[in-house]
Amino acid sequence: MSVDPETVRRIAQLARIAVAEHEIEHLRGELNAILAFVEQLSEVNVEGVEPMTSVIPIEMRKRPDVVTDGGIPDAILKNAPAAEEDFFVVPKVVE
Amino acid sequence: MTDLTSLTLADARERLRRREFSAAELAEAHLTAMEEARALNAYVLETPDRARAMAQAADARLAAGDARPLEGVVLGVKDMFATKDVRTTACSRILDNFLPTYESTVGANLWRDGAVMLGKLNNDEFAMGSSNESSFFGPAISPWHRRGANTPLVPGGSSGGSAAAVAAQLCLGATGTDTGGSIRQPAAFTGIVGIKPTYGRCSRWGIVAFASSLDQAGPLARTVRDAAILLTSMAGHDPKDTTSVDLPVPDYEAAVGRSIKGMKIGIPKEYRVEGMASEIEKLWERGAQWLASAGAEIVTVSLPHTKYALPAYYIVAPAEASSNLARYDGVRYGLRIPGRDVADMYQNTRAAGFGKEVRRRIMIGTYVLSAGYYDAYYLRAQKVRTLIKHDFDQVFAAGVDAILAPATPSAAFAIGEKGGDDPVEMYLNDVFTVPVNLAGLPGISVPGGLSAEGLPLGLQLIGRPFGEETLFSLGNVLEQAAGRLSPQRWW
Repeated sequence: MSVDPETVRRIAQLARIAVAEHEIEHLRGELNAILAFVEQLSEVNVEGVEPMTSVIPIEMRKRPDVVTDGGIPDAILKNAPAAEEDFFVVPKVVE
Repeated sequence: MTDLTSLTLADARERLRRREFSAAELAEAHLTAMEEARALNAYVLETPDRARAMAQAADARLAAGDARPLEGVVLGVKDMFATKDVRTTACSRILDNFLPTYESTVGANLWRDGAVMLGKLNNDEFAMGSSNESSFFGPAISPWHRRGANTPLVPGGSSGGSAAAVAAQLCLGATGTDTGGSIRQPAAFTGIVGIKPTYGRCSRWGIVAFASSLDQAGPLARTVRDAAILLTSMAGHDPKDTTSVDLPVPDYEAAVGRSIKGMKIGIPKEYRVEGMASEIEKLWERGAQWLASAGAEIVTVSLPHTKYALPAYYIVAPAEASSNLARYDGVRYGLRIPGRDVADMYQNTRAAGFGKEVRRRIMIGTYVLSAGYYDAYYLRAQKVRTLIKHDFDQVFAAGVDAILAPATPSAAFAIGEKGGDDPVEMYLNDVFTVPVNLAGLPGISVPGGLSAEGLPLGLQLIGRPFGEETLFSLGNVLEQAAGRLSPQRWW
């Protein structure tokens, strides 16, 4: 499988990464090189094989569904590029 | 007094306890060495004030006869580990000047045991790379040169700063992370020891996530014993990481020097890849002979799906990365590049904040997870992963204690030499290390000798799940036979 310029634009949009028009062709070449490399997997017979979900057979531990942390807005906001009172500030979302 | 930076971690620990020198003197000697070695770009942040304060506290404990296991031992920390109030960036522009309000569990375990932090170490951006060239802070440089040349070489990656710093004696040991070989390959390139433990052995909490089902933390050090000492402190169950395993942590140091008589060592025939350099082949044979001379039994084994490990990895790792790195949006922390609206801000921030390799992997991951392609790529890769793990299970079920293989297909290469137009060229470096991550197994890289050009080559031992002690015992035998490797100082 290989990708065309339109697909590269669509992937960039899905990944929320702005890509300049002049970069599309180069990126397409790189992505296709990787896709050609992983294409080898299509020759493996995977019929009846379960996909890997946990590499070490351990049962996930659960904890009581109770609040264990919180009340630390200063710590949460400490690295915010923009914050006001106890909120993160972002550009307008709704028109 | 001997040069304090040339001691092994075990020696330094012992002599600190005997009060032959102070933790403050040990820290000072290393801080000076770091300053003199800035050309290597191994540290992206030196933390001398913190080092001095921690050393002072260590000296108080030593004076009181109350030394903890790593009291006064000076370490470097890969920039993938969150360090409280100390800039943590994963060597990416997108984390900007991020100051964590918490410490990673592995880091906290080391400080709990009395270790002293010297600074943060360089790595490939988000640990994505095999040469440390994708770091936003520029490449770390290997302390090694080819014989009679001064071409700058890569220290390997992604834990390139850790490897360069340990090899150049800018710390007694360092933390690393390994998703596809990022501890073992740089250890091999710089002539030191690096171990990736079994998945789940070390907590991933507070480590910047790359590919969560593959990432594991581990130590890099100049000897097998030093690596064992560090892993004993780093490992352990952590309720904050649901994939962390609740098994007692053995005293790994006790395994160093233990007899390997009667152990069965597998040589996987599929690792004899086409076009393998003859010096790598010789190194591998020599390694097998060393183990045989110490009483191990060498057997040929088969891991039939080996050739599919790299392609499976380059689906699984980017897929998980694209998901993990979705959090970098310029809202809660890190870089923000303004835009017309919030979506525009996301796109601008991520375009400016991620380097080329990271962007490439996010895009591949986004593609293989996108509607209509998930089954063909991601699901198939996870099935192939099951087959790869099954290969290893079969070998271990047949009584093999560990597998011996080369760590890398070649010695270190020059800065700028690989991965120009074809990203896959760089990926091939990890051919011997990636299967181990896919199967969640422990793997150790130990120096095996020098190449014809005078560069270190590493041997890799792959163990059963939680078979780290076996790896330390075997690694020590290889180390005794091969001898320690040290670069000639040129910086």
